[in-house]
Amino acid sequence: MYEHLETADNRENLKRVVVDPVSRVEGHGKVTLLLDADNKVQQARLHIVEFRGFERFIQGRPYWELPVLVQRLCGICPVSHHLAAAKAIDQLVGVDPQNLPVSADKLRRLLHFGQLFQSHALHFFHLSSPDLLFGFESDISKRSIIAVLGAYPDLGVQGVKMRKYGQEVIRMVSGKRVHGTGAIAGGMNKPLTKAERDYLLEDIDQMIEWSKASVALIKKVHCSNLPYYDDFGTIRSNYLGLIKPDGALEFYHGGLRAKNAQGETLMDHVDYCKYNDYIHEEVRSWTYMKFPYLLSMGPENGWYRVGPLARINNCDYINTPIAEAARVEFKAHGGEAMVHSTLAFHWARLIEILHCAESIKILLNDPDIMGHDLVAQGEKRYEGVGVIEAPRGTLFHHYQVDENDIVTKANLIVSTTSNNMGMNESVRQVAAEYLSGRELTEPLLNNLEVAIRAYDPCLSCATHALGKMPLQLELIDVEGKLIDKLVKNSDGQIGRNSHG
Amino acid sequence: MSKTITIDGTNIPFEDGQTIMEAATAAGVYIPHLCHHPEYIPHGSCKLCTVKVNGRICSACTFPAMEGQDVLNNTKELTDDRRKITQMLFVEGNHFCPSCEKTGNCQLQAVAYHLNMLDDHFPLFYPNREVDASHADVMIDHNRCIFCTLCVRASQQKDGKNVFAISGRGINRHLIINSESGLLKDTDLDATDQAAHICPTGAILIKRTGYQVPIGERIYDHQEIDQVSLETEHLQHGE
Repeated sequence: MYEHLETADNRENLKRVVVDPVSRVEGHGKVTLLLDADNKVQQARLHIVEFRGFERFIQGRPYWELPVLVQRLCGICPVSHHLAAAKAIDQLVGVDPQNLPVSADKLRRLLHFGQLFQSHALHFFHLSSPDLLFGFESDISKRSIIAVLGAYPDLGVQGVKMRKYGQEVIRMVSGKRVHGTGAIAGGMNKPLTKAERDYLLEDIDQMIEWSKASVALIKKVHCSNLPYYDDFGTIRSNYLGLIKPDGALEFYHGGLRAKNAQGETLMDHVDYCKYNDYIHEEVRSWTYMKFPYLLSMGPENGWYRVGPLARINNCDYINTPIAEAARVEFKAHGGEAMVHSTLAFHWARLIEILHCAESIKILLNDPDIMGHDLVAQGEKRYEGVGVIEAPRGTLFHHYQVDENDIVTKANLIVSTTSNNMGMNESVRQVAAEYLSGRELTEPLLNNLEVAIRAYDPCLSCATHALGKMPLQLELIDVEGKLIDKLVKNSDGQIGRNSHG
Repeated sequence: MSKTITIDGTNIPFEDGQTIMEAATAAGVYIPHLCHHPEYIPHGSCKLCTVKVNGRICSACTFPAMEGQDVLNNTKELTDDRRKITQMLFVEGNHFCPSCEKTGNCQLQAVAYHLNMLDDHFPLFYPNREVDASHADVMIDHNRCIFCTLCVRASQQKDGKNVFAISGRGINRHLIINSESGLLKDTDLDATDQAAHICPTGAILIKRTGYQVPIGERIYDHQEIDQVSLETEHLQHGE
C-alpha cells in the first residue's frame, strides 16, 4: 500500500501542489501533494474542509423532525438521510423493520430505488462521463456534461432524462424532487395514487433499456482500456455493506457483511443496531473527516470501502435477472473473488442502476404500493439506529431521546467517511504511480480527481468540522451595474474587485 | 340603506359595532393579519393589518368602521410596510421553514409569500430561546413565537383556563407559562384545548404529529392565505 506517502519525513524543502477544489464531486475538498526537487511525490493527502455540525444542532429538537431536518445534509441524496433517520425513529415509536406495514415498506423501497437511480445517473453522466469519454488528461474545456452533450448528444440527453426519472419517482412518493416529506415514525404519510403509479410506469421500460445500454457502455470503456483501468488508483481493501438474509444485494434493510481483500467473510448478517461493537472511528489532525475501521482488525488494517463496488463484491447474487447477468459478467472480469479496481466503481454503479430500474418496475406493478395501511405504532423507546445503503455506501444514523421526545445524542457515520482511507490510498497510488517524477500540468492533476471521483464522494455529508467554502459577493446597483465584488477563496483569503 | 365605508375606492357596507377588518372580510376584501382571529377580542399587536383611514394609520382589526371612512388597504406603500413588519417578525425569532413541521400550514410563512417577501432584509437576531417539551402531548418552541397572544386569548376566552401570558416589554417581551415551574407539564393545558391549536406559526405544536399531512394536502399548498382567510373567516365574522 501507499500509507508511507501520508506524511513526508522532511517537509521543509518540498514543493507544494494543491488541487483545490476537487471538482465534479459533491461538497468541497482539496488534494495536496508535496514534491521533492525531482518532482517525486513525498506526500499526498485528500483534505475535507467544510463545516456541517448536524450531530450537534439536532440535539434539543423533537425526534419526529429528524427525517426532514437531517436530509438537509445533502441536496444530491437527501432521501438516504431521510430514510436512515426514519428507520431510527421507527424504533423510537417501537416499530422494528419487520413490523412496518407492507405498503409503507414498499413505498420506502421505491423512494430509495428512485434516489439511487437519480444519484447514480447524476454521478455517471454529469460528473464522470467527461473523464471516461474524453480521457483523464483531456483539455479542461471538455471536462463537463456540456461537452458530452456536444459530442455525444444522445448519451448526454439520456443521462439527463434518467436523472429526471429518478427525481420524479422521489416526487411522486415524497411530494418534492428534493427535500420532500414522506417517511414518518412508523410508516409513510401517503400512498402512491393510481395516477402517480401509471405516470411512473410510462417510462420505466425506457429506463431499463437505457440502464442496460449504460452498463454495456462502461464495460466497453473499461475493457478497451485494460490494463490501465484495472490498475489506476487500485488498492486492495476490505469491503462492508448491508446484505439480504439470503445473501442477495440489498439497499434498504439487512444485516452487515464485511469481506476482506481475498473475499473471506469477516462478519455476516450482523445486527446493525450493534454497529458500535464492530466499527470505530479514528481522527487525524490534517483532515476534518474521520477514518472508520473494523474494531476486530484495528485502525491499521481494519479500514474498508463501501458503495457500489463493495456491494457488488459482497453480495452472492442480485434478485433481478438482467442486473444479475451483468454482475456475473463483472465478477468474471475480475478473475478473483473480489474486484479491487477503483475505476470498477463506475461499472458496479451502473449494474446497480440497472437493478434499481428493474426493481422500480416490479414495485410499481405491486398492488401493495397503493395500499392505505401505512403507519404502525408500538411502545416508546429511547434509542434508535437506522442503517441503509445510500448511493455512496453504508449510512449509519444513531439517536437517543429523553422522556420528552427530545434528541439528546446523535451519531452519523456517513458513507463517504467510510471511503476516506480508500480515497486517500487511491490518491497516493495515482500520485506515486502516475504523477511522481513528471512535470505537473493541470490535465495531469485531473488524474487525482478521477481517482477520487470514482468513489462518488459526498464531502458535504461526510465532514463534521469547520471549513472555508468559497464565496463570491456582488453588490449590484438598481440598474444592474456591478459596484463591488468580494471574493472569499478556498483558503479563507478575502479579496476585493471594485468597479467604481 | 346600509352604512358604508370605502376600501381602496370600493363601497363596503358595515353594521354598527363592526371593525374595519370585520366589514372588509364580510365583503370579501382581504386585509393581511396574524394576531387577529374572528373568534377572539382583537389585540392589535402584530400591526400587519395596518391601513390608512382618511390619511391616518390604524389597525383594521381594532378600529371601528364608521360612516365617511376612506380606507386605503391594498397600496404599494402599505404592502411595503407590511413586508417590513413580516421581515422583522422573522428575524426576531428563529424561523427555519425548510425543516419546520408547520411549513405549508403556517400563517407567518403564508403571509410572507403573499407579501412577496424574498429575504429577511434585516440582520437575524438568532435569539437563544427554549423548547418546552415537558407536556405529554403539546410542546412549545419559543423560537417561533411572534407574541400574537392568540394562545393567551384562546386559553382565557374559549378554554376557560389561563395557561399563557406575555411578560416583559419591547424587545424583552416573551411568552410565559402560568405554572410555578414555568413548564407546560405543570399546567392544566389539554391537547384538545383551542389554545393548543390556535398558533399561527410553529410555536405551539401537538407532539408526534409532525409531517403527517403530505405535501400537496397542506393548507397553503394550493391556495394563498388571502383566499383561505376569506373562505374560513367570512362565516365566522357573519355569526
